Amino acid sequence: MSPSPVALIAEPGAVGDVTRSDAALRRFLHGLPGVDQVGADARAAALSTRSIKTTAKAFAIDLAISMIDLTTLEGSDTPGKVRSLCAKARRPDPHDPSVPMTAAVCVYNDLVGLAKDALGDSGVKVAAVATAFPSGRASLAVKLADTRDAVVQGADEIDMVIDRGAFLSGRYLEIFEEIAAVKQVCQEDGATAHLKVILETGELQTYDSVRRASWLAMLAGADFIKTSTGKISPAATLPVTLVMLEACRDWFDATGHRIGMKPAGGIRTTKDAMKFLVLVNETVGTEWLTPDLFRIGASSLLNDLLLQRQKMATGRYSGPDYVTVD
Amino acid sequence: MASRLEVRKTYKLYIGGAFPRSESGRTYEVTDLKGRFLANAALASRKDARDAVVAARKAQPGWAGATAYNRGQVLYRVAEVMEGRRAQFVDEVSRAEGHPSRRAESVVEAAIDRWVWYAGWADKIAQTLGGTNPVAGPYFNFSIPEPTGVVAVVAPQESSLLGLVSVLAPVIVSGNTAVVLASELRPLAAISLSEVLATSDLPGGVINLLTGHVAEVTPWLAAHMDVNAIDLAGVDDRALRTQLEIAAADNVKRVRRPDTDDWTADPGLARIRSFLETKTVWHPIGV
Repeated sequence: MSPSPVALIAEPGAVGDVTRSDAALRRFLHGLPGVDQVGADARAAALSTRSIKTTAKAFAIDLAISMIDLTTLEGSDTPGKVRSLCAKARRPDPHDPSVPMTAAVCVYNDLVGLAKDALGDSGVKVAAVATAFPSGRASLAVKLADTRDAVVQGADEIDMVIDRGAFLSGRYLEIFEEIAAVKQVCQEDGATAHLKVILETGELQTYDSVRRASWLAMLAGADFIKTSTGKISPAATLPVTLVMLEACRDWFDATGHRIGMKPAGGIRTTKDAMKFLVLVNETVGTEWLTPDLFRIGASSLLNDLLLQRQKMATGRYSGPDYVTVD
Repeated sequence: MASRLEVRKTYKLYIGGAFPRSESGRTYEVTDLKGRFLANAALASRKDARDAVVAARKAQPGWAGATAYNRGQVLYRVAEVMEGRRAQFVDEVSRAEGHPSRRAESVVEAAIDRWVWYAGWADKIAQTLGGTNPVAGPYFNFSIPEPTGVVAVVAPQESSLLGLVSVLAPVIVSGNTAVVLASELRPLAAISLSEVLATSDLPGGVINLLTGHVAEVTPWLAAHMDVNAIDLAGVDDRALRTQLEIAAADNVKRVRRPDTDDWTADPGLARIRSFLETKTVWHPIGV
């Protein structure tokens, strides 16, 4: 019986071996064990029934707030909207200074400079979506220029999209090289931008593809793997997140290196966020329960978390009049 | 011929135009005055109240934004569907309140007539309760009545249909949305009314009906920061009423205290007026 691909990658120099040609890469990715779809769905469903109450809930709410990439990715984004979003990221509840800041603000790359100025030295990071987000349909040169533009403006994190067309037609090496090139731009001229790779799992059809894309991104140097752009549905589902977290876990087992995970899109309620946190805790463990390794891409989720927080603090239900309008 | 198997009913709540079970999974037995089983009703929890408020808030702008004429038509249609279910209402009122059927019939007729009466008011509120004000300057000055928002209604305990209609219709006719807690011991007519609402043209969420214990659910509604007014018609316990009024003060809810048990009397406009805000607009003349 041949050794498992996960074991293969653990050998010194193995990453170079499996990525030396399109054929080798395909052999490796298609040699990954298949995902039991029914099993993954059932596991995610079972974990989502956990009941998180009282002090655990209070802890989870604050943790979730500190993991949010507060996002606005609309064609209609204005400087004013981005500034108010940044103010919200620094101080989510104006009435309550004990609410933690969000992890980052996520904007289109022409608004990075503005967001940097608005956030100052608060510690909230700026993430920019680059590489012809959300479709990824542009030449490599344009994608790299797009990324460079964001990095030069001071983006702390780059959220890139993979070319799903290339992935679905099996041109894995092309994607590998693209991610590696973008990663290089992230580190040009002493920059240290983190790279999040968006797989857009809603377009990948099967969990097997999600697992392969996750491995492909990690092989190419992703710091984070991210489910979706939020522009198409389904976005971040629990089973897809489970499959990606398992890839993070296996990568850690093989290489000793921790890759972060970011579900994004469709996470709107505190209850949803709790389910994701449980999934992280049960799949990769408590080491991942930090904004350095787990993020939630969301916008309306923050208000729901704040409403829940107010409910826990006052004992009465709050309402949308008591959080900011986005 | 074999005798028919009895169909025992377990009713549900009415929230956002759907009929969910109580989030808590609980039910309670509803009996007639002599203690004979009538049906099971859902026993609402605080979370059901929360969901109902969310549904009511969501429906409020649309309902308030509908033209007054349209709201009147929708309410009249509700009365039409009630008329079609007359026999059922008569049966329920008669069993729950212990009336002989002749008397129950007249109660149901009064309830339907009351609904029609309020439906007629939809496009007459602004003319009657608003108006132009004389001012010493070159301005038009208008006062316009507007709905308060989301109103929690505790329906009267004794009069399960006429009482309910008399407190509910004046709330929604002006564009408010309502979360109603039905009579605790006599909820069946209210449940049937929710089935009427679901099959009429009333948008989902405009009326949300809960069944359960007054003492359990009302404190959550009274303290809820997203409820704008509360009608305490069905809160008979004085101590609880005081507690609810104190809780309601937190976000300055409008509170209507119980003032009558005689639901057959001419209602007047008092209840409509209780759940209105007045917007006054100054408009320069000649510009």
